[in-house]
Amino acid sequence: MAEASNKNEIRASKLYKKRSSLEMVWRQLRKNKGALLGLFLLIIIIIGALIAPFIYDYKTDVIGMNVRQRMQWPSLQHICGTDDLGRDIFARIVYGARYSLAVGFIAVIIALIVGTALGATAGYIGGVFENVVMRICDIFSSIPSVLMAIAVVSALGKSTLNLMLAVGISSTAPFVRVARAAVLMVRGEEYVEAACAIGQPGWKTVIVHILPNCVSQIIVQATLRVGSAIISAAQLSFLGLGVPAPAPEWGSMLSAGRLYIRDYSYMTLFPGIAIMITVLALNLLGDGLRDALDPKLKR
Amino acid sequence: MLIPVLLGVAFIIFAIMDVADGDPVYQVAGPDATEEQLVVLREEMGLNGSLVERYFKYILKLLKGDLGTSYISKMDVMQLYMQRLPYTLKLAFLAMVVAVAISVPLGIVAAINQNTIKDTIAMILALIGLSMPNFWLGLLLMLLFSLKLGWLPSGGAEGFASVILPAVTVGVGLAALLTRTTRSSMLDVLRQDYLRTARAKGVSEHRVVYHHALRNALIPIITIFGVQFSNVLGGSVLAETVFAWPGVGRLVVDAIGQRDIPTVTGALIMTTMLVTIVNLVVDIVYAFVDPRIKAQYTK
Repeated sequence: MAEASNKNEIRASKLYKKRSSLEMVWRQLRKNKGALLGLFLLIIIIIGALIAPFIYDYKTDVIGMNVRQRMQWPSLQHICGTDDLGRDIFARIVYGARYSLAVGFIAVIIALIVGTALGATAGYIGGVFENVVMRICDIFSSIPSVLMAIAVVSALGKSTLNLMLAVGISSTAPFVRVARAAVLMVRGEEYVEAACAIGQPGWKTVIVHILPNCVSQIIVQATLRVGSAIISAAQLSFLGLGVPAPAPEWGSMLSAGRLYIRDYSYMTLFPGIAIMITVLALNLLGDGLRDALDPKLKR
Repeated sequence: MLIPVLLGVAFIIFAIMDVADGDPVYQVAGPDATEEQLVVLREEMGLNGSLVERYFKYILKLLKGDLGTSYISKMDVMQLYMQRLPYTLKLAFLAMVVAVAISVPLGIVAAINQNTIKDTIAMILALIGLSMPNFWLGLLLMLLFSLKLGWLPSGGAEGFASVILPAVTVGVGLAALLTRTTRSSMLDVLRQDYLRTARAKGVSEHRVVYHHALRNALIPIITIFGVQFSNVLGGSVLAETVFAWPGVGRLVVDAIGQRDIPTVTGALIMTTMLVTIVNLVVDIVYAFVDPRIKAQYTK
């Protein structure tokens, strides 16, 4: 198979300018308006999160109280209004993106590394080890992920790092499955056998020859998971188990706004919109990437 | 396979909560207890011995329906759980009804009008539903229907009216996912030859879609349903908090706030077992929906 695709490539390169696979993905992605919108929104959110410290001073603008300005409805001066301590909600939302994105991405990176390593090893070694890993995977999938994360946070204590760990642990199982499936699919291929025959160590075969087969699936899975990780983190913060106050995490802002929902509904509105737009951007991009990387799945 | 998974679930939760527990003797005994009282109490509470030893004691008690005693209310945890469980089941059931009522028609409409404006709108709705944090939707619903319009109660569990908002909150998130599944599953089925045959022999389009196609398309939908049951329970934790619904989720969240570890451990283990058993039931339901699977067993 490898040989055939090589020949095709040679033929293709004679006719067309040769394109890298990244370019191919980009060309596919460019056709998908939703994915482009997602990418665009995500870039804006990331830029906002990166430059937030240069626009707002954390001590005065984000967590500093200003009682005279409290509970102001949205106006030109405070486009999202101010909260019960007189803090500008827009500033807190922009700053909060740093927490949500960091928690989302780091949690997923933890899940990705642990999950892929476990799944690939399980698929490659097989036998009892594979069985044990997959059963543990089953166990983790049958614990509702919110409850799992709640349990982990209450065991480790409230902190941003523990929140990342909790969300990471509860999203590991899908990565284990994807990596294992990818390994199982190609384990019997001749080139894997060849790698073994020339005496390459198992871990190197897995990393160099097997895992590249599932990179696209893992990227798609990771993009979509960041969105759900952000929601999980917001849920935990909403329950008072996430990023400790007074940090401007979106979930804890919602939890604070909830107390004033009757008269100051804007306090609950804007942080929620921020979460929704961020997750929507990630979902749009994730769906687009899936279609671009695996045209078979496209409908 | 069910029993090892259940034991594993119980062990993981037990171990995590053991870390969370620290030394609960001080909490229970109060600040004035003497050293001897502490020793006696530790023995009484079954806190001596290694983790594994205590785990097996716990499981033996669990088999007799004993989940220990709450640190705070001094009530039997099993009794506490059983008081709350009907509320959560009611909520979960209605949420699933809401989800099916929205998603199956929407998914079918999207599939039979593939790549038209109807399809696009349905998919955009599904994507928004998927990207919205559930508890935020709950807050918005509460704001609109109970605080502004005054149609429905904003919390509590009195009468049928009070379950509507929590059920819609949990149901919409599930509906988003199910709409996508229904659509892609219908698209798969609609392309098959037997439907062309049905049309060719003059079956009405309505009957083709709802009788011939839908029945086959249901199988993946039911699968997702089983898998998502754990998320419904997870989502209901948040909805219960938002709407002060006295279910299992609130029990767990409150117990964590009070560091009432036996209640948390017991409730988590029972909930996970419930999820596992529901998944088993879903497997059995397949047989009713799909005669091919039933035929395999009767052979």
